[in-house]
Amino acid sequence: MADALHGPARLLVADDNKVNRLLLARSLELQGHSVACAPDGKVALEMLRRGGFDLLLLDMEMPEMDGFQVLEQLTADRALRDLPVIVTSSLEGLNHIVRCIELGAEDYLHKPVNAVLLKARIGASLEKKRLRDQQKELVRRFATPEVAQDLQQSGFALQGRRVEATVLFCDIRDFTALVESQPPEETIELLNTFYTLMFDAISGQGGVVNQMIGDGLMAIFGAPLPLDDHAASAVAAALDMVEMIELFGVERRDAGRSPIRIGVGIASGELIAGYTGTQQRATYTCIGDTVNLAARLEAHTKVAQRAILVDPATRAALGADAAAESLGPVAFRGKSAAVEVFALR
Amino acid sequence: MTGPIDDAVFAELQETAGADFVGELVDTFLEEAPRMLEELRVAAAGGRGDAFRRAAHSLKSNANTFGALGLGSLARELELGGMPEGGADAAIAAVAAEYARVAARLQELRSG
Repeated sequence: MADALHGPARLLVADDNKVNRLLLARSLELQGHSVACAPDGKVALEMLRRGGFDLLLLDMEMPEMDGFQVLEQLTADRALRDLPVIVTSSLEGLNHIVRCIELGAEDYLHKPVNAVLLKARIGASLEKKRLRDQQKELVRRFATPEVAQDLQQSGFALQGRRVEATVLFCDIRDFTALVESQPPEETIELLNTFYTLMFDAISGQGGVVNQMIGDGLMAIFGAPLPLDDHAASAVAAALDMVEMIELFGVERRDAGRSPIRIGVGIASGELIAGYTGTQQRATYTCIGDTVNLAARLEAHTKVAQRAILVDPATRAALGADAAAESLGPVAFRGKSAAVEVFALR
Repeated sequence: MTGPIDDAVFAELQETAGADFVGELVDTFLEEAPRMLEELRVAAAGGRGDAFRRAAHSLKSNANTFGALGLGSLARELELGGMPEGGADAAIAAVAAEYARVAARLQELRSG
């Protein structure tokens, strides 16, 4: 019987011996699972890489590629690293079992495999996998895919590292007045649309939104994963964002509402990126002068009456023929020297 | 020595996997086992220790599944002991003879 709560699992049986393969597949089908078979390790890996399997039952003694090699390959494969593997083997000797477990196998069952034991071990493995999948899903929902990937690759540590990146701040102009002029439901709907459009523009250029702040957001280009041309990508995202908001404004005007406008500030340079917080609750963030400058530039869009303002480093990365206009040096709070500000478009 | 098949093991197999299915599984084994025996002979003649061990391992594993414990233990000796010095002919002949008894009994069980 398959677990009624979770439905049948999709299992792969890798065994070169036909009798073993048939018998194992039969036992698993009787338990309500859907089963596919592979006659050696190489075929098994190919099938697993095509995806869709919840668990692998692996024989050790196989031609082409044996079970130990399969385990090694799975560990090295980011997409398959977490796939539960139950070894079914009639290899004798504790050393084989130890090696399988060291290579990441969840369990080791001796052949001939006892059906009751098999059922229990598979149930436990699938349950563990479901919990892991749930955790991953939570991480995905509350962190960006890039942060999730960084976490998976490097693990979690409360420390920062220096990176060269570009930071983008954006917010909705005159948001407070807007909030006061319409029912809260409409504001939430507006914010949802705003975030959807902005996320789309930012991730479309390889950026990562790492904070949502009321009516604004902060995005990073070049961290946690490195990005070539992070400054140009951030600027391209900003232009997309402004264009999307203009289109959205037309839509709102047609619906009898006032259009919205945004301001964007962009700065490039060194920053410290990493996890801050406590061991229990932490967030991926970036700090440093570059971040502060981007925030100041965004605030300055109100004063300058321009949609997009960038710092000299971002301007320099764009090349000579970019449509950027110098607005001259501006003295920002917290900055000892005045910074030349460029408006785009 | 009693019969070549431990009836309790075979009955349990039928109970857990279904008698019809076990019938088919017996057919598969009767097709595959002669190939394993042949592989043992070829590997012994060619001095390929690893292939010899693998064939013995497969035969052991399947024999134990059907409750052919005598065959399983003969195959196990070949698997763990490797190719006997001075030739494997006698040992392989013993395995083949036991296999013949096992095959005959499995056919009886299958139709009975």
